[in-house]
Amino acid sequence: MGWNAGSGPLRVAVVGAGPAGFYAADALLKQSDIPVSVDMFDRLLTPFGLVRHGVAPDHLKIKTVTKAFAQTAAAPGFRFFGNVEFGRDLTVDDLRKHYHDVIFTTGAQTDRRMGIPGEDLARSHPATAFVAWYNGHPDYCHLTFDLRQESVAIVGVGNVAIDVARILCLSREELLRTDMPEYAVEALSRSKVKDVYLLGRRGPAQAAFTNPELKELGELEVADVLIKPGEAALDEVSRQEVEAANDRMLARKVEMIGEYAAREPAGREKRLHLRFLVSPAELVDDGRGGVGAMRLVRNVLRRSDSGAIAAEPTGETETLPAGLVFRSVGYRGVALPGVPFQERWGVISNKQGRVTHPETDAPVSGEYVAGWIKRGPSGVIGTNKPDAVESVTAMLQDAAVGATWSPVAETPESVDALLRSRGFDFTSFGDWCAIDAAELAAGEACARPRVKFGSKDEMWACLGREGGRAAG
Amino acid sequence: MKVSAVLAAKGNRVFTIRAEALVEEAVASLAANNIGALVVTSGTGAPSGILSERDIIRQLSADPATLEHHVSDVMTFPVVCGTSGDDVDSVLRTMTAERFRHMPIVDGDVLVGMVTIGDLVKAQLNEFRGVAATLETRLMES
Repeated sequence: MGWNAGSGPLRVAVVGAGPAGFYAADALLKQSDIPVSVDMFDRLLTPFGLVRHGVAPDHLKIKTVTKAFAQTAAAPGFRFFGNVEFGRDLTVDDLRKHYHDVIFTTGAQTDRRMGIPGEDLARSHPATAFVAWYNGHPDYCHLTFDLRQESVAIVGVGNVAIDVARILCLSREELLRTDMPEYAVEALSRSKVKDVYLLGRRGPAQAAFTNPELKELGELEVADVLIKPGEAALDEVSRQEVEAANDRMLARKVEMIGEYAAREPAGREKRLHLRFLVSPAELVDDGRGGVGAMRLVRNVLRRSDSGAIAAEPTGETETLPAGLVFRSVGYRGVALPGVPFQERWGVISNKQGRVTHPETDAPVSGEYVAGWIKRGPSGVIGTNKPDAVESVTAMLQDAAVGATWSPVAETPESVDALLRSRGFDFTSFGDWCAIDAAELAAGEACARPRVKFGSKDEMWACLGREGGRAAG
Repeated sequence: MKVSAVLAAKGNRVFTIRAEALVEEAVASLAANNIGALVVTSGTGAPSGILSERDIIRQLSADPATLEHHVSDVMTFPVVCGTSGDDVDSVLRTMTAERFRHMPIVDGDVLVGMVTIGDLVKAQLNEFRGVAATLETRLMES
């Protein structure tokens, strides 16, 4: 038995309005084998997930991908429901009553810990909290970071780590060219930060940041990039690796790092130190419950039988002054109520996008997954496109043989009615367009690209609504 | 990209067989599960070997009674294992250079999965596609 077009469109719920959610919606709405309607839910009032709250506020070009997402949102059959939290406002059972299928695209919402003594001292933070704060994420806008500290250590050398380092090194003029909310621009331009240390466990050839990010560091107005020549030079293991890889981008990355190491500092007010072959062993208490320094252990690289290059501690240590620490050593997904989870990888249990029972690997009918909550945090924004296409293809194949949920309430209005009955307000894509226009106008008024709202309350006020949530 | 990104979306089962099992049991498992190799275990701890369809074919052509032999007589050992934190690019290069197609992934003492060269090539291809998609969007919008 195949999908019976006479019974109306395949009604699909997408949980999470980030890139994976939009790529999934796009793949569903662009195909013509099976008529589809898509309802997308997000816990925030606004769509676009990490494009809005993760991508660095000075990387406006990367955010233009939202124009493609807005085109998807404009397609007939697409609806957005913001301020709806899965598990609290809407459960799997609700979805099963209203939809044929669901695809979870909730991302990797929590950070990995370093697992070292002192990690929970005051002024030691996950980098993601800082990123969410300067990007105006409503759940993080109330946080404060002690930017009176002169020395900051960032653990990790991925693109998040490098974004945080760069943001800490921007001048007020550079900050004004970003789309940060007002509070972040003010706090960051009053910052006393002088030395920013980026700490990589392995060497230059294994650093996860990409070449454009590395190049940008050299173009900062008020910061010098410092790399120790001894750490920029490749060891024998890495030299062989780079040679075997025959990868022009990798060779260029190593070359650029060498150029920074050879560069004479221009005496700018801030210094961005890129360190390699060191791991944090302990955060040292300053005597008042805050982090004062970091004990680092030096590493050497070893090549394993599998060919992978891993860092091994040597026992040689050094102490780095650090009054503020951000860790960016990986991210994990968070389990969703009623959805099978695979703890080991921090993802929803799945096989190529079909949600599976963790023990038997048998597919769970009607449930699919895409993006970071499917494969863990890896790749660039666009990596979620082939990933989402794979999951959507599986969903459509299953639908073609009738393997879907059997909803009892099939009209689009029934979902609105359900949400209204729960006593809270939610946003539409039209509401987002109004918020978007207001932020752009606020930017125009002060010659900035955009000024983000700093809280949910401001957004509701912009929409002229209370946005209240009934008690309980 | 790490091997963990490949394993995360590959389901949770790793197909294993005990070293003292018969090759015919292994053949049945390969066929039933539509796979090309089994991780050979002996009790707990790291895999003691790997048994691929190639191993079986090679033995079978020399000795028609292979199906009644023990897995330990036919398997390849020692087996090169990786960890879930290994870089996909490095592992892929090793598999290409050393000409093997399956690698058990072991974290500490625990067998957490198996990757095939096909899995890794697909992951790398999707990574390239992702970069292409990102660049394409940026060109369209600028």
